[in-house]
Amino acid sequence: MFQSTGEIIDGVAKITLKGELDAAASGQFKDTIEKMAEQNPKKVVMFMEELDFMASSGLRVLIFAKQKMGAGVDIHLIGCQEPVLNSLEMSGFHHSVYLQETYSEV
Amino acid sequence: MERLEKRIDVYPTHRHDTFKLRPGKPFPFGATMVPGGVNFSIYSSYATSCTLVLFEKESNEPMAEIPFNESFRVGNVWSMVVFDLDCEDIEYGYRMEGPFSPETGHRFDASKILLDPYAKAIGGRDTWGQTPDWQNVFPYRGRLVFEDFDWEDDHPLELPMEELVIYEAHVRSLTKHPSSGLKHPGTFAALKEKISHLKELGINCLELMPVYEFDEFENSRRNDETGELLFNYWGYSTVGFFAPKSGFAATGRLGMQVDEFKSLVKELHKSGIEVILDVVFNHTAEGNERGPTLSFRGIDNKTYYMLTPEGYYFNFSGCGNTLNCNNPVVRNLVLDCLRYWVAEYHIDGFRFDLAAILGRDSQGAPLANPPLLETLAYDPVLGRCKLIAEAWDAGGLYQVGSFPAYGRWAEWNGKYRDDVRKFLKGEPGMVGALSQRIQGSPDLYAWNDRGAAASINFITCHDGFTLFDLFAYNEKHNEANGEKNQDGGNDNDSWNCGVEGPTNDPEIKALRLRQIKNAWTILMLSQGIPMVLMGDEMGRTQDGNNNNYCHDSELNWLDWGLLEENSELFHFCKNLVAFRKAHPVLRRSGHLSNQDLSGCGYADITWHGTRAWQADWSDSSRVLAFMLCDHHSGDDFLYVAFNSHWDALDFELPQLPEGKKWHVAVNTGVEEVHEVGREKELSQGNFLVGPRSSIVLVGR
Repeated sequence: MFQSTGEIIDGVAKITLKGELDAAASGQFKDTIEKMAEQNPKKVVMFMEELDFMASSGLRVLIFAKQKMGAGVDIHLIGCQEPVLNSLEMSGFHHSVYLQETYSEV
Repeated sequence: MERLEKRIDVYPTHRHDTFKLRPGKPFPFGATMVPGGVNFSIYSSYATSCTLVLFEKESNEPMAEIPFNESFRVGNVWSMVVFDLDCEDIEYGYRMEGPFSPETGHRFDASKILLDPYAKAIGGRDTWGQTPDWQNVFPYRGRLVFEDFDWEDDHPLELPMEELVIYEAHVRSLTKHPSSGLKHPGTFAALKEKISHLKELGINCLELMPVYEFDEFENSRRNDETGELLFNYWGYSTVGFFAPKSGFAATGRLGMQVDEFKSLVKELHKSGIEVILDVVFNHTAEGNERGPTLSFRGIDNKTYYMLTPEGYYFNFSGCGNTLNCNNPVVRNLVLDCLRYWVAEYHIDGFRFDLAAILGRDSQGAPLANPPLLETLAYDPVLGRCKLIAEAWDAGGLYQVGSFPAYGRWAEWNGKYRDDVRKFLKGEPGMVGALSQRIQGSPDLYAWNDRGAAASINFITCHDGFTLFDLFAYNEKHNEANGEKNQDGGNDNDSWNCGVEGPTNDPEIKALRLRQIKNAWTILMLSQGIPMVLMGDEMGRTQDGNNNNYCHDSELNWLDWGLLEENSELFHFCKNLVAFRKAHPVLRRSGHLSNQDLSGCGYADITWHGTRAWQADWSDSSRVLAFMLCDHHSGDDFLYVAFNSHWDALDFELPQLPEGKKWHVAVNTGVEEVHEVGREKELSQGNFLVGPRSSIVLVGR
């Protein structure tokens, strides 16, 4: 069961992902991204600690998020689990985002 | 994007069961995502009907078989849009109906589900070495590809041809050995972690042996004597020309091989390293009439293959069939393919395996003006990428020096390899030939206004001995290939230095090391483009095997422990590469004139022997020295002497202009190599060059 929730706090889009992000779930994730993008956030922070798996469709939505938000909006991925981290590194997407173990507001 | 998806003129006009359809666009061929659906387009001149077969990913049974409505056919192209497909989760192929009459060239078989020749990703064989299901009627499954990779500002590097130092490698061989210490050995992801080594060596172009989908199990068999499973390991037999090999991707099982390979290209570019792909357009993996029907054979056998009048396959490739490359349809396939790799993968160039075949007509006769080669040379998308030909084929057509170049094509210079090997071995009568090779082979290329950059200089490549083995074996030792040592060439021009194979004799070991260094020195001091083979910078051996195509073992895998074991050799090699980079006089695009055109008092190249200004061109000579002077670039004078005689010889040095002195950069006779700019000054006017040794001096 996949869940994605998002909110904008002080111009920062905070998105929490839980469960398994497979092809069937990627539409829900994409909807969340689009809703956040409508509010023109200055930064995107995705909390990935409880995301157990990400298929290629999940990566596609991450790339979509990068392109939708624009080059000036940094994307931070927080607490990626090993399988997710592997997919990001092997596909090279880790160069396009900031990977952090924990999130600090500063 | 939203507006596109809501276009009011893209709507279904037909149905098949629950699938909504409309007539498609014939171009581009392949499966293309369009607003609301996927456009499927495939060519066949002789099929009587065509059916799209759709699968859920990895499912054995089709989820749908959708016949192309006759009204969906434009000329010989079937195309249709299928709406509302889950692009992430489908695989597709085609069934073609038509005549099975080999004598007229047709081999349709509607029981087979055929791979789209334009498939951009291929599923079904996602993990390297996993034994296939031989009964599967749909072993290779087309997948859809998203073109959304985040390239940032990446771009093909467009390095001038004459600046290149090429390193030929195999993805799996470079990264698979346990000593590599890599997290995902044998993959594109692993290769990224070895970029630092390539940078340290100083090469700026990585030529990758086949990386598109091939079947490592093609003709796989057990060696009768050892029981070893032998593979089509190198991959010179294509299944899908547009798709990176899934089994080379750590993420292949996740269907992310496209991203992983693009990421590798991007990282190589960041390090200033171009990527050249070794492409095999001379034949396919379908073999001869006894081979499997995977794609082309079942789609349009008569168009895609060169056939004898009786309907058998011409075999100019030595691999069972020959792609009919100068048929306009096939020519477009090759062009579309290369354009795709350049545009979507930012590939910097291509090396064409057995490229002489690409200049044959449909009956196999060599063409004076081959349309395919001309088309590639003048194509706008390929306009700045490197085109390199292996200018011969297995049918006896040898075109080194005469390959139709159109001002674009470079060639693997087989003459360079042969002549340099013979000189190094100490054969008499090679000095004249060596002088041509060192100059970028003007005897082969100048007549046709082709500069030194037309010559890809190499002494070793994947075919044949490694550089270490070149000086450790007189004969090939291919027993491990399971063909009773009958395979592989016998014309190796190698010399074992006294003992066949491994030895503990310190003198022989020292001589072998010296010969390896001599080879590197000739290669890096020659005009033209040097190409080195993976591992030759650290003394890699294949145990005397000169046809290693079938081993997924340490015979191919690079043992990274050699880097420490032979650290002095690696140090020597990287200094030589740096030396080449520091001296533009070694990287001229045109040919040397052998004249003093600048009026500086010295010709651009002058020839010497043990006496200055007196080269010994006689048949018995085994020495050659030359001096380079490039007044225009302001580069230093360079003096190079090669002594392949078994005795040390005293070389008189040519006098430099007033105020300049010779400095020693390289002396293979005494394990001497100095970093660029820190060469050791010489006080005397002569130099004792050791037996089978080389020196490089800088005059400044």
